[in-house]
Parts: sequence; C-alpha cells; structure tokens
Amino acid sequence: MTEMVHGTIPVQAGEPILPRWWRTIDKWTMSCVLALFGIGLLLGLASSPPLAARNGLEPFYYVTRQAVFGGAAILVMMITSMMSPLMVRRLAVLGFIAAFAALALLPAFGTDFGKGAVRWYSLGFASFQPSEFLKPVFVVVAAWFMAASFELGGPPGKAYSFAITVIIVTILALQPDFGQAALVLFAWGVMYFVAGAPMLLLFGIAGMVILAGSFAYSNSEHFARRIDGFLNPEIDPTTQIGYATNAIREGGFFGVGVGEGQVKWSLPDAHTDFIIAVAAEEYGLICVIAIIALYTVIVFRSLLRLMKERDPFIRLAGTGLACAFGVQAMINMGVAVRLLPAKGMTLPFVSYGGSSLIAGGVAVGMLLAFTRTRPQGQMGDLLSRRH
Amino acid sequence: MIRTPLRPLARILRARANGENPSEIEAENRRQRHEQMRDRARNRAESRLLVLGLCFFAAFGAIGLRMGAIAATEPEEPRTAAVGNPIIGQRADILDRNGRILATNFDTHALYAQPPQMIDPRGAADGLAAIFPELDADELYEDFTGTRKFLWIRRQISPEQMQAVHDIGDPGLLFGPREMRLYPNGSIAAHILGGAGYGREGVDSAEVIGVAGVERQFDDYLRDPANEGEPLELSIDLTIQAALERVLQGGMMLMNAKGASAVLMDVHTGEIIAMASLPDFDPNNRPRPLTEGDQSDSPLFNRNVQGLYELGSTFKIFTVAQSMELGLTNPSTMIDTTMPLRVGGFPINDFHYYGPQLSVTDVIVKSSNVGTARIAMEIGAERQQDFLRDLGLMDPTTVEMVEASTGRPIYPQTWREVNTVTISYGHGLSTSPLHLASAYATIANGGTRVAPTLLVQDGPQRGERVISPEVADAAVDMLRQVVVRGTASFGEVAGYEVAGKTGTAEKPNPRGGGYMDDKVIATFASLFPASNPQYVLVVSLDEPTETSGDEPRRTAGWTAVPVAAEIIRRVAPLLGLRPQIEPATVTGVTLTSN
Repeated sequence: MTEMVHGTIPVQAGEPILPRWWRTIDKWTMSCVLALFGIGLLLGLASSPPLAARNGLEPFYYVTRQAVFGGAAILVMMITSMMSPLMVRRLAVLGFIAAFAALALLPAFGTDFGKGAVRWYSLGFASFQPSEFLKPVFVVVAAWFMAASFELGGPPGKAYSFAITVIIVTILALQPDFGQAALVLFAWGVMYFVAGAPMLLLFGIAGMVILAGSFAYSNSEHFARRIDGFLNPEIDPTTQIGYATNAIREGGFFGVGVGEGQVKWSLPDAHTDFIIAVAAEEYGLICVIAIIALYTVIVFRSLLRLMKERDPFIRLAGTGLACAFGVQAMINMGVAVRLLPAKGMTLPFVSYGGSSLIAGGVAVGMLLAFTRTRPQGQMGDLLSRRH
Repeated sequence: MIRTPLRPLARILRARANGENPSEIEAENRRQRHEQMRDRARNRAESRLLVLGLCFFAAFGAIGLRMGAIAATEPEEPRTAAVGNPIIGQRADILDRNGRILATNFDTHALYAQPPQMIDPRGAADGLAAIFPELDADELYEDFTGTRKFLWIRRQISPEQMQAVHDIGDPGLLFGPREMRLYPNGSIAAHILGGAGYGREGVDSAEVIGVAGVERQFDDYLRDPANEGEPLELSIDLTIQAALERVLQGGMMLMNAKGASAVLMDVHTGEIIAMASLPDFDPNNRPRPLTEGDQSDSPLFNRNVQGLYELGSTFKIFTVAQSMELGLTNPSTMIDTTMPLRVGGFPINDFHYYGPQLSVTDVIVKSSNVGTARIAMEIGAERQQDFLRDLGLMDPTTVEMVEASTGRPIYPQTWREVNTVTISYGHGLSTSPLHLASAYATIANGGTRVAPTLLVQDGPQRGERVISPEVADAAVDMLRQVVVRGTASFGEVAGYEVAGKTGTAEKPNPRGGGYMDDKVIATFASLFPASNPQYVLVVSLDEPTETSGDEPRRTAGWTAVPVAAEIIRRVAPLLGLRPQIEPATVTGVTLTSN
C-alpha cells in the first residue's frame, strides 16, 4: 500500500517504444536509405535547374519540393518501421484495398498528363500514381496469402496470390505501364521462389524462356533487330542511352566537377530515369560506386536478416519488398550502362518524384519493420533440443 | 519418406488401456508434423534467400564493373557532332560543258521565333509585318502571345531582311543558317535543271533535295559527301542554250504558238547541247503544279521529254530509209502516187495531187503520204515495228532526267495494215521530240543508234548499227533536197547546208474521235551540215498560225522551219562550225611557184 501515494514514478509494462525501436531496427539499412536520400538531394541540385529553367521556375524549385517530399517520406518510413508486423499487415491490407480501387478507377478519373498512358491522379499541387503505392502493399498481401498456405489445412494461398497478381499485371499492362507490371510480377515470382517453388517448375520455366527467346530471335526480324541493336557495341550518340554513355565517359573516375556537367542540359529525363548519368558525369565513378554499394547493402543485409526469420509471412513479405526495391534500382542503372534494354524506371529515393518518394518511404518502412530483431524461438529450440 | 501415422494403433490401444485420451496423441503428432514442415520450409527458404542475395550482389557488381569499364574509356571527341541529327548541307554545283555555273548554293538564313523569350511581342509583330508585307501583324501577335513555344516565320530571308530583323532587336526572334539552291541564270535550262526544295528541316540546317529534272535524277550524287563537292558537269552549253531559248521564244510569239520546244543534239556522242521547252519557269521560284486543266500546258511540263506527240511527216524518212536498207527501193525508184489510196476502208490523200508517179526522193521532197504508204505496205507491219524499235522510237528514252520514264511512246496494241500505213507518215505513233532527235541522229551519223544524254561524253557512242552508211548518206541527200527544193525551203541557212524534213500533224481531238484541222503540231527535224552532219535540231511548235498571208497558214514549212533556220543561223557559229563558202570564181593571175 505504501506505493499508492502521490508522486510515485509510474511503472510501464515492457520496454518503451522508441528505445526498443532503436535497439531492434536494422541501423545499417536505415543509414543507407538516409544516405541515398541525401545523395538524391545533392544530385537534384545538379540535375533539376535546367528543367526548372525550361519550365520557367526558380532554379531550385524541384530541389525544394524534393526536400519537402523527402522529409515526409522519411517521417512515414520511421513511423511505419515502428509498427509491429501484425499492425503492418493489417494496415497494408486496408491500403491494398484502397490502392487497388484507385488503380481500377484510373480510367474514369485519372489523367495522362499528355504522355499517352493514364497512370496518375492530379491533385493540383502534386500528382499521385496509385501503382507506386500498390506495389509495397501488394507484396504484403501476397505474402500473407502465401504464408497462410503453410498452415495445416490452410487455404491455397499461392494460387490466390497468383490470381491477384495476374489481375494487377493485366490492369497495369492495359494502362500501359509495362515497367510496373514487370516489377509486380517479379516481386511475386521472388516470393514464390522463396516460398518453395518446385525446382522442376523453375527449370521448366527457364528452359521455356530460352527456347522462346531463340525461336523469336531466329524467326522475328523485329525482335532480332532489337536484340542486335542492344548487343551492338556501337551506340548512336544521339539517343538517351548515347548521351548517358558519353556522360559516364566524360566523368571518368573523379567526375568533371560540381555543376560542370553538360548532360543534364540535353537529357529530358536527367532528373529521373537518367540521374545516374548526371551523378557519373559530375562526381565520377566514385559516386556511382557509392550509390551501388548503398543499394547492395540495403538488399543484401535485409535478405541476410530475413534468412534467420522463422515467421513465413515476415520472411516472404520482407523478401518481396527488398527485391522489388533492389531490382528497380538495378534496372535503372542497368539501362544507363546498357546492360539492359531501355525501360523507364526511377532510381528509388534518388530520382525526383513526389509520390514515388512517399511510396518508397512506405516500402522501406515496412521492410525495416519486418527486419527488426525479434525473438526467433532459439531458446525453445535449445530447450526442446531441436536443431 | 517414411511417415508416422497420425493415429498409431499400438499407442492408441495402450492409451485406451491406461484410460488416457487418445486424441492427445493425434494432436501431438499433428503438431510435430507441422513443425517439421515449417522447418523444412525455413531451411529451403534460407538457402534460396542466400541464392537471391548472391544474385543481387552479382548483378550490382556487374553494373559497377560496367560503369568502371565505360568510365575508363575515352569520351568521344567531337561532342558537338553528336548534337542533333546531323543534316548534311553542301550540295554539289552543276556546271555546263565549259564549266559555267548552272546551279550553286547560297548561304542564307531562316527566321523563327521563340515566343517565351520574347520581350515585346507587339513590337516584334509590327516590326516583322513592316519588313515582310505578306505577314499579318495581328496574327503574328496572336502566335507570339499564345501557347506556342516555337514557330517558323520565313524559310529564307535576304541579308537586308536579316539586318532589318536584327534591328527590331527582340531576343525571341532567331535565325537558323540555311543553304539555298541558286540558279544564277534564271529560267535558262529550267526544265533540265528542274529545281530543289527543302527536305528534313532542323533549326541549324536543312536538307536541300532535288525535286525535278537533273537535280532529282542526280540527287544522291549531288548530296553524297564522299564526292567532296565535285560538281556535276552537264553536256549543255550555256551560251547556246541561251541563244536557242531566245530565238525560240521569239519564234513562238511570231507564230502565235501556245508552246514550243527545241532540242539540239550532237549526232555522234548523243550529247544534248541545248534543250528548251516553252513556256518555262524560274527554278529559283518553282511554280506549283496546276491543280486543274491539262498538265501538258503547265510551264513545268517538259515538252521535249514528257510530251508525246504524233510528229507527222518527219517519220517518212524512216520508212524510205528502211525500204532502201531492205533493197526494196533506191532513191530513183518510181512510186505510184495516184490518189486516193484505200487501205482497210480508209482513204489516204496527199496535200496536193503530185501526178501519177514520183521518185522515192520526190516522195520525201514533196512529202507524199500516198507514196510513203505504198512503200510501207511493201515493208509490212512486222519489219516496220522492228525498225522503229531499233531506232528507239518504241521505248522511253534513257536521258538522265526523272521525267524520261514518263515519256513512253504510245502505239497501237494491234498493228494492222492501216496502222502500218499511217505510222509510215507519222500518225498513230506518239513520241517525244527527243525520240525524234535521236532517231534523226542515227540517220545523220551514218546509221548507228545514239542514246541522248545530258552528261559530257569522251567520244562518239558506237551504238548498234541500224542502217548501212550508204543508205544513211542517201537519206541525208534526200533531206537536203527537201530544203533545197521542197517543203522546207525557208530552212536554207547560207553556208550550213541544212537538211531536214517537215511534219505538220493535226492534233487529235481531246474530246475523242478524229483530228482538229485548225490545231497542229508543226515540226522541223533538221541536221547540219549535210555534207558531214554534226548536229540534229528538232523544233516543234504547238498550235502555230502564220498570219502574214491572205489566210492563216499552219504547215511546218511556214512556221517551224523559219524558226529552226533562225536558230541554226545563231547557233552554228557558236558551235564552232565553219560555214561552207562558195569559192569565188578565180579570175586573173594564178600564183604558181617556179
């Protein structure tokens, strides 16, 4: 009874949220993401003034916007990463329903901004691309379905998730937005692979792809020309790829110097799809290697942490998020160095873009929430002498 | 795989005996199996995640290495060359046979506007309207204040206009360098040169492409940078071309003709020395094609190459030459010329009645249709066709102009006897004047085929032999007689021994059916000098009427012949031909040595 007096310290059950978050969060991944955001702002200072000048805005208009959206994105990322996986899943399911509805209603209420594909909602001060938000929440929902199939007597979750994937991919391909469609398909494929796709099926698909590819190459002149053009070491210097390649060459190892780059004046997508070329020209190979290293650390570390994860849902969702994030960066940079055929895709957290930044914040926040250290039943294993 | 059953009978029975709940055993087994399954899945996922991680590691590594490899290579040196799609300017010049310029390039500028950079749209619009009267200030102002970011104002401006636009001083008015095709001689040789226009157009340069004539035919050559601006040399002689055009123009007006054409061609090399078609145009400012009416009345129409006409009696010499070649006749063979001659129900008549008989020479000299018809009936349709084909009168000419392929002779599909007869004196077969000139060149050069050309040749074309030299000489003699004592007596030019044949062909009625008797194509096909023919000149007048007499005269002898004679009088000295002066009778002392 002596404790029940005025002024005593309230005792909290369990550890407080922030310290526990700080203790369990993957600090490496989070630092890398923050570093990427910083580099993005730095490159935005270099790449966006020509665009601002073209559109008659003050030189750092886009940098300011990027900073504001970036701040919001980091806030979203922090808050999301503090949630428990269960909370993340519940919110993600709600988010999925909303984003899916938004995507489905695009033909009725969306706008194409004169680019030929209806992908955006115009909100006046900013535009909003539902497919950017749909990607991370889709991954969580698909992981949930797949994980359910691990339960005895659980539903056939893999089939359900595949059905959802097919629907979304169809809608995206009809917009048309083949880049996002491919990303969604890829994320599902990776999750299915980790969830235990039969080896026979994997080899079968690989064989079919090779067969179909060589068949198309030998029979379709158009396809063969595309591939030959891609394999051809000669680059037409007047294409976007040509400019990008030349910019990388100009930059060399240490770059031509801050603000000295030329490519940003000639490339229309210098602030989004080809920002890596701007980085290579002004700051040289050093900066590009640093960016690549940051993405590698984020993806590789997340996957390593997920290897220890016992909960199938967390494992699958984390894998899907990390791989979608990594592969988007990979495609963007692969196109700039001509390892991949041209396809417009932004560099996550570095390229300019409001809704893609916020959606990236959500995705990385969820990834961080999933990769937090939590008890994995090692004690139980020791006690029951399992291995 | 050995699976333990969920309800192992031995344990169930023992548990029942001990009074325990057997369902717990089943639940326990179920739990264990579930855990095993999850462990298997986890182990599998663990290895697959590792594989994924390594894949990403390798992919990012590859991108890094590739970046390094590209960064290590040298940047391409001429960066400016990579800007924009390069448009090659520098079209080669066109020269005449003496190296005088027929077509060249001129640096000029195109004027365009970038409204966003404009300071004073109102002032700029007013200023431009003052410089270019055809522009409307209000429309320009609308364009400058609208949403457009770029607009062309003028494709070509003169240096004076450019200075005036500079003086407006608006930064939104800009100039793009342009190369302009310039024809310094104006309308001279217009149809041969054709003209040029702009193809692909950029701000910094525009492609100049040929649209007609030689410019179009040799477009690839003229634009090919590999030739390093090596000019194209034509067989045309600018001086002679100018003289011929001037005389022809005068003749056309004098004879009240609506059109005229003339071709002057070297009989040995096939080089076209001059070729004119009237009315003509200025290739610097090429008119638009007619949108209505007959295209053959357009100034753009090249009568010599594109025009297909029934050239009338000029064809008679081919019939006679063939019959001599076949040994059917010789110049003094007498031919029955009683009229009318009925062939396939059609009566054949002469302009006058020339008596019951004429020698072959006189058939040509007097231009007897009946006589020619009788000779042609001896030859027959098949041999006649072969001969005309050998002369090149059945196929398009191979002259180096894009329009040449449209000049495909028109002849009857079924060649009946009546066709043989009418074609023998030049009706029923439509050819271009250039066809006629090259066929006459064959007679003039001793009997070998000549293809007309616009390019300078090294030496005589040694084409396929069509008639023997003897027959050719006899034919030239007959043609000379036509001028000396026949229908072309106005064609005599002192000292140049003109030989030739007239042809007056009534024009077919355009509304179909029959011929119009008051509209003719009058042609004079000539060669000179008769003793050693060097050049062929074919002059054609479209609908001429000579009105100096009591009643209008339209025959070639009164219209085309005097014009051709005047052309030869002017042109022969320019060609470097020495006139044959009658030696003055030597009187008085003759100088002798020793």
